[in-house]
Amino acid sequence: MGRLTLISRLAARDLRHRPVQAVLLLLAITAATVTLTLGLALNGVTSGPYLRTKAVTNGPDVTASVWPSAGEQPERPPSRDGLTALETASGAVAHSGPYPVASATLRARGHTVPVQAEGRDEALAAVDQPLVTEGTWVRPGGVVLERTFAQALGLTVGGRVSLNGQSFHVTGLAVTAAVPEYPGVCFFLSCNAYNGQAQASDMGMVWLTQAAARSLGTSATPLGYVLNLELSHPADGAVFVNTHSLAGPSSQSSAMTTWQQIQNADNDLVSVAQQVLTPGGWLAVALAIASVAVLAGGRMTEQTRRVGLLKAAGGTPALVAAVLLAEHVLLALVAAGAGLGIGWLTAPLLSSAGAGLLGAPGAPALTAGTAGLVVAVALGVTLAATLVPAVRAARTSTVSALADSARPPRRRALLIAVSALLPVPLLIGLRLIARRPRRALLGAASTAVTVTGIVAVLAAHHAYDLVAGRFDWFAGLSDPVSGRVSQVMAVLTVVLLTLAAVNTVIAGWATALEARQPSALARALGGTPRQVSVGLAAAQVLPALPGALAGIPLGIALFAVANSGGVVSVPPASWLAAVVAGTLAAVAALTALPATLGARRPAALILRSEVA
Amino acid sequence: MTALLSARGLCKEYGKGDALVRAVDDVDLDVAVGETVAIMGPSGCGKSTLLHLLGGLDRPTRGEIELAGSRVGQLGERALARLRRDAVGFVFQAFHLMDELTAAENVELPALLAGRSPRAARRRALELLDRTGLADRARFLPSALSGGQRQRVAIARALANDPAIVLADEPTGNLDSAATLDVLRLFDDLHRAGQTLVIVTHDSRIAATADRLISMRDGEFTDETRLTGGTAGSLGKLAGLEG
Repeated sequence: MGRLTLISRLAARDLRHRPVQAVLLLLAITAATVTLTLGLALNGVTSGPYLRTKAVTNGPDVTASVWPSAGEQPERPPSRDGLTALETASGAVAHSGPYPVASATLRARGHTVPVQAEGRDEALAAVDQPLVTEGTWVRPGGVVLERTFAQALGLTVGGRVSLNGQSFHVTGLAVTAAVPEYPGVCFFLSCNAYNGQAQASDMGMVWLTQAAARSLGTSATPLGYVLNLELSHPADGAVFVNTHSLAGPSSQSSAMTTWQQIQNADNDLVSVAQQVLTPGGWLAVALAIASVAVLAGGRMTEQTRRVGLLKAAGGTPALVAAVLLAEHVLLALVAAGAGLGIGWLTAPLLSSAGAGLLGAPGAPALTAGTAGLVVAVALGVTLAATLVPAVRAARTSTVSALADSARPPRRRALLIAVSALLPVPLLIGLRLIARRPRRALLGAASTAVTVTGIVAVLAAHHAYDLVAGRFDWFAGLSDPVSGRVSQVMAVLTVVLLTLAAVNTVIAGWATALEARQPSALARALGGTPRQVSVGLAAAQVLPALPGALAGIPLGIALFAVANSGGVVSVPPASWLAAVVAGTLAAVAALTALPATLGARRPAALILRSEVA
Repeated sequence: MTALLSARGLCKEYGKGDALVRAVDDVDLDVAVGETVAIMGPSGCGKSTLLHLLGGLDRPTRGEIELAGSRVGQLGERALARLRRDAVGFVFQAFHLMDELTAAENVELPALLAGRSPRAARRRALELLDRTGLADRARFLPSALSGGQRQRVAIARALANDPAIVLADEPTGNLDSAATLDVLRLFDDLHRAGQTLVIVTHDSRIAATADRLISMRDGEFTDETRLTGGTAGSLGKLAGLEG
């Protein structure tokens, strides 16, 4: 008990004695745990809104559709026999439709967009009755737009659109659980796209009267049909689909989709956020390790004399290590708690299911697994960075520790010889690197991680530009999925840059502090303060260069992996050059202050204090 | 003789009000070219502070210093650094060698900082190590050298840029008797070669090698003695040097 009190007391005192370092440590680990929590917490959060929408609209358990096959020249519309048979199939207890679906071209506000125009009765349907959130349901001369699609078009009730040249006014906006929200309407390739439009990601969904829908169908663009089914056992949709077939002549295509599939498609908005946040979270963890390693290493070096006192008073190496680790473990636990709390509170901002579903998902459930993983990561980050220095410090001989003799710098003969050929600031910078190569490696690794994240984000943007340019996706409309991805990537970029900035400042301060004796000596021997401060900055910038260069292929690879082997995207060389140049400039700027302050203190004071 | 170093009304104060401490209090000093001046006094009398002021390592609170024709007080940090590089060589009590550099690399450091070519800097370093009797230790790290040898490396380093004046702060403070004698001989050699030296010390053997001995107490000069013959006389023999 006494030992525990001693450890707690010493840890608390040290934290109070160096509050800035403690705050920086906390910030670094918290940034990592917040990002990780967000990634983990977004799992399945849209299940709430989808189920709510399905319940309110009495959404179908299975949708079945037939439409004319592309390339064929049908003499008549596709047969509805298969659909009719499904109405009375075993397991089906209710249905609505079959409804005619026309493949049409909508024009509004300067946009030309392909749409599925479904003909519906003015009376309410038993199965799948889209819920009108603004305006009214279908009536002659009017069209109801799916809400997400309307937002992308910038249309509201009262607006005007044309479908295949016929003019309609927008009577209402509605949500449905029968198809994925825009732009995922054709997610399962179950759209009527006879007129040659790709069953692509830019189909919108509209409803109008059956008569109006039929009028859009011509021999050139025949109608398709859709049937909505309610099952006795909604969970058995896949079994129903596997059991029954819609196969018909080659002149028609067919598809059946379960509500679970539609729910997963609607989760796209959130799953893409997860796809970005989860690897991003691990990048943040890597940066946090670098921060903690530099900060904790410095703190332990400053506590060498305390180690000697503890050992002289009878403390065992285990006790000494426990004292050194306790404050860092405490900070890790606080950071884990803060990360879980902040991540849990901010997750709803990223888990919104979009305009096409009802309600907000609310705060995601914080499972024991998520909390446990985040705490384990926070502790892991801390231990990875502090265990070795703590054990090393605990093994220091008592006499050496009491003499507070700092760990002697390493000798790197090659670097020393090469530095002699360089201008004075680079000579100083390279020799500072040679003294503490581990810190230089950490700096390089930290820069590599940051640039990896930024390049991955750029690769994602470039991939989107490439594909959008090639396929003219979305007909110029805003895409909620890419909008969400951009949002999340922006947040992640800010987190990574903040962590990287913290790392750079910490490393800069640590270098300036550790180098005060050699810096003072260099000034005493004739080096100008400017040469010394540039040298201190060079000690940070030089390792950052290979780190930044290594981050380029790593970032491209990270995007390729996160994209599950999709488009391989190599951002333009100008973008990459800007990232490298910007990174080096930022490192130089962030280290300028500690470097300048480090070179300003009178040399005599420093040299005298090094003797004392 | 022409004064290479001249100080007038030199003061260095720390703190304010009741906590004010005058480490150097209204000191005047002239050092001629080729002269060796020893400043002696008890610990804390301000002699190290005085040396740092004379070498431009610290700024005085009041007073003027003129060194090698430059008014030190009017120089910016950059010009001061150049002055230290070209005109001043420092020898510290604690040696202040870089642990990760060999003896040769330590000695050549001022020359590299002055922008000399690595080859010229290395050549000069080896010459100086030979002069200080450490030619065979050029590749040794400081940890492999004795205290006396380290101080001799530090002295060689101070001479790297052929300074007009060498300022030595308690050069034998951390040395045993034998090492002290080695350093003494070295300073004597420098003096005979015409090097201008200001040595702060509390060791009378070192002081005995000087042309002039100044006593210092509580930041002020209290006494000044011209030592006739310097090391060539009886005092030199007393110091253990051959006459």
